[in-house]
Amino acid sequence: MIADLEIGNLALRRGGRLLFQGLELRLKAGEAAALTGRNGAGKTSLLRAIAGLVGLEAGTIGFGDLDPVLARSDHIHLVGHQDGQKPARTVREELDFWTLWTGGTSASAEMAARAFELTPLLDLEVRRLSAGQRRRLALARLLAAPRGLWLLDEPLSPLDADWRARFGAMMAQHLAGGGMIVAAVHDPLPIPAKALEISA
Amino acid sequence: MSRALALLRRETALAWGRGGGPLVSVGFYAGVATLLPLAIGPEPARLVAVAPGAAWVALALAALLSLDRLFERDYEDGALDLLVMSPTPLEITCAIKCLGQWIATAAPLALAAPIAAIALGAEPRLAPLIFACALVGGLAFSFVGGIGAALSLGARRGGLLTAVIVLPLFVPPVIFGGGALDAMAGGLPWASGFLLLSAYAAGAMALGPIAMAAACRNALS
Repeated sequence: MIADLEIGNLALRRGGRLLFQGLELRLKAGEAAALTGRNGAGKTSLLRAIAGLVGLEAGTIGFGDLDPVLARSDHIHLVGHQDGQKPARTVREELDFWTLWTGGTSASAEMAARAFELTPLLDLEVRRLSAGQRRRLALARLLAAPRGLWLLDEPLSPLDADWRARFGAMMAQHLAGGGMIVAAVHDPLPIPAKALEISA
Repeated sequence: MSRALALLRRETALAWGRGGGPLVSVGFYAGVATLLPLAIGPEPARLVAVAPGAAWVALALAALLSLDRLFERDYEDGALDLLVMSPTPLEITCAIKCLGQWIATAAPLALAAPIAAIALGAEPRLAPLIFACALVGGLAFSFVGGIGAALSLGARRGGLLTAVIVLPLFVPPVIFGGGALDAMAGGLPWASGFLLLSAYAAGAMALGPIAMAAACRNALS
């Protein structure tokens, strides 16, 4: 189980531009952080750096006693704007594949589909979904395969008010179970979270 | 294991649908095979001599067709990020992607290859060897082609770049396979050419995934 996230003196560079430096963040099990900042400040890059997808300019990202390679392969979910869902495949195919891939089972995929009310959509192609439905499909992974640290890139933006509240409850439940969340947001998160403003 | 199988199912299904999938590859192959006699001349004697080799080169070109999107789509829509974040090593993931590509396009092409060769005038007794060469050579084309596809990630007109990177690497399998077919047509021992082709395919399967994984990591960072 992943129980710590320690970011120390972090600097990131993208395309020759220094995004930020000296960034510090410490999260323990059950805590969440809300990243804010103007467009292009580096919120998405920070999430991708935690996920191990981009290199660091300076500083460290650690996960307590957990080996970073193991943490990233088994304990972190990343849900970004680009959700990796193929438009021509059905909701069921995509949900089942990504559930298995991230360590869940068919039974847990079914449970997640019910929780996100995707069951009536399962036989539709992903291209037929609305933006909100598509986001719910991407978020369903979070419940289908339990992983401790959720990295969410503006998870609420395409969701309607009802679903924002319901996903807020799911996030609260994840934290109550000892999980951690780092979310890039423009609107306030519906859960208590450490605020972290990202700027150069 | 179930994870690898799920990926293989996904990759095969995606390759089946990618750019028209096997039908387009086979159609392209038939087109090239039809163009050749028009360019070379229809005299059967001349065609018989070039038929196995021509069928073989056309196969290499057809294998290129759907390769360029092997990693590109997953890279563009973020799926590659998620494929990386898994206990399955990226090298294995890349190998499975190539295997899916092979099942969906090389296997149908291998069925079409003997038919095209015989239509061009090759002797029917060559058909089993052409089929076997196409099947084994297809593995080499998929795994070597995957390197080109991964290296050209993020480049504009990546498809053309893939072809330029990959075609020189197609030279050995084309020589080995063509040599085996020529030898059999001439009544000479053909096993060495086929074994060299198999060895090249085995080498590509062993080393290709390492190069692909490195190229994918580089493209993501």
